[in-house]
Amino acid sequence: MRILTGNDLKSGAVTWWTGQDWSLYVEDAADVSGSEEEIARREEAARRVNAPYAIDAERHEGRPRPSHIKDRIRALGPTVRPDLTLKPTETDIGTWVI
Amino acid sequence: MYLYDQYDQQMVDARVEEFRDQARRRLDGKLTEDQFKPLRLMNGLYLQLHAYMLRVAIPYGTLNSRQMHALADIADKYDRGYGHFTTRQNIQYNWIKLEEAAELLADLAKVEMHAIQTSGNCIRNISSDHFAGAAADELVDPRPYAELLRQWSSFHPEFSYLPRKFKIAVIASDTDRAAMRLHDIGIQIVEQDGELGAAFYVGGGMGRTPMIAPCIKAFVPLDRLVTYSEAILRVYNRYGRRDNKYKARIKILVHEMGKDDFTQAVDDEFARMLDEGIEPPFAELERIRTFFEDPLFETDASEDIDRSDPDFALWVDRNTVAHKASGYVSAVISLKPVGGIPGDATSEQMRLMADLAKDYSFDELRVMHTQNIVLPHVRKADLHALWTALDEAGLGSPNLDTIEDIIACPGLDYCSLANARSIPVAQKISERFAANGKTEALGKLKLKISGCINACGHHHAGHIGILGVDKKGVENYQLLLGGSEAEDVSLAKITGPGFDEAGIVNAVETAADVYLREREKGERFLDTYRRIGMAPFKEALYG
Repeated sequence: MRILTGNDLKSGAVTWWTGQDWSLYVEDAADVSGSEEEIARREEAARRVNAPYAIDAERHEGRPRPSHIKDRIRALGPTVRPDLTLKPTETDIGTWVI
Repeated sequence: MYLYDQYDQQMVDARVEEFRDQARRRLDGKLTEDQFKPLRLMNGLYLQLHAYMLRVAIPYGTLNSRQMHALADIADKYDRGYGHFTTRQNIQYNWIKLEEAAELLADLAKVEMHAIQTSGNCIRNISSDHFAGAAADELVDPRPYAELLRQWSSFHPEFSYLPRKFKIAVIASDTDRAAMRLHDIGIQIVEQDGELGAAFYVGGGMGRTPMIAPCIKAFVPLDRLVTYSEAILRVYNRYGRRDNKYKARIKILVHEMGKDDFTQAVDDEFARMLDEGIEPPFAELERIRTFFEDPLFETDASEDIDRSDPDFALWVDRNTVAHKASGYVSAVISLKPVGGIPGDATSEQMRLMADLAKDYSFDELRVMHTQNIVLPHVRKADLHALWTALDEAGLGSPNLDTIEDIIACPGLDYCSLANARSIPVAQKISERFAANGKTEALGKLKLKISGCINACGHHHAGHIGILGVDKKGVENYQLLLGGSEAEDVSLAKITGPGFDEAGIVNAVETAADVYLREREKGERFLDTYRRIGMAPFKEALYG
């Protein structure tokens, strides 16, 4: 599957296209295969996202998981600072990244 | 240290307001990202893996306590309570919001700091010896010359759109503590027949094509320092490649032209420029020099140190460096606790370091390119009190220049260019050697880790270097041996096939064990490698 990501213009936070809106959580990402360019163009023009682009992802326990480790780290946060990730209390989240 | 005059302050303040307007127009949709990107980069604002990242310039690594306090306040007010000191003596914040960036820059300007020219194809922050003005072995303090070049290169209209970024280092001792020959221009202040001048080394660098800068001019009189620098930049600006960013650095130009032809081109340009009035009045250098006069060192400061506490004695042995004034040392605050993140400091730690600088080091701090902090002028009599305060704050690690004093770039944990994580590897290596007790026996051993070929972690220059690569979507680490960024500069060579994360930690220990087995009296790891070559290491690693 293909999922669409970018950054929030004001905060810079990593965001994911859900089909209707942008979410901080990659698990909310929608499959945009075939329509990524059109959505990216429209959303960037409306300043709801900055510098959007599509990446490859797979389904993992029913939820999207980016195919490449760089995108998984980007989705979660720095592996060396679990306290700064989106899921600071999930102790086994490292296995999802690696 | 240098203090802004009214013109410096006006320029920086004006730049803040200019950026405030640019950011507002971006947020209002009047600028596209393509239009805004070069503008924000000129102000050090990147869009990194997780958020906007701001790189703040620390000229030649010199700070006062007020500035360090401001950096701590910025970490709390605009970021997440910490900052990352970099391998070019700067600091980076990882979680900046665009809507707050202009206000952050305004706060920086209040303490005579900025983020101008910390990105883009321009002359970046001038780096220098972190012991400048304190080192027992320096000819003169190199920072006045670095400051003169900083002023010359700031907003220089001719050099705002160079073929590629451009880095300059200035030193003034035969011991190179600034990786001088791995810069686009390395300058060593030297003496010839009683006159001070500058030796120019041009075309060094790391990155995907590492090169050691050759000396193109052994002596340029100091009243031609700026003119000769400008001649080099003009030749680069004219002939440097703009068609391929991977071949655009000046090192490629020097290599392709050849040192002699490049030097001739610079000399020809220099000769043409002599009548152009490029050089600032010598009085300006003299004015700058007054900002770098020695503090009022006590003339009768005690040489005695009570070494009865073994932990303190170890820290003194490892983390203090000879000073030009008797009774004083330069003290290095390690930002490399075992298992920690190299170069990171919390806002609380920054404030403590600032306060300690005020109490014990004439209000001065330095950022090392090895991602530690220096208090340059500490009385030996104050060392125990200083160490006690540092140790209580987790800043007392006694590991300067040991295998635990690892340079590591932010790597894939933060950097969008990286291919592999650097920090976890550094953490595991420092934990391994702290546990196996080999650190002391290994002595001086410089280990440097980069998460990609851009080499921000200086892996080419490590006695042991590690390069993270992407191998079909999986992190892989190449091991390199034999590099040095010091006066015995050399480029490290790859040992062979790479390793996974656990494997590279084992490989480092294996290489260290070969050294311990093969070394002769007085040899560092690097010396042994140079004597016995790669073969015994390869045999142990892959045999």
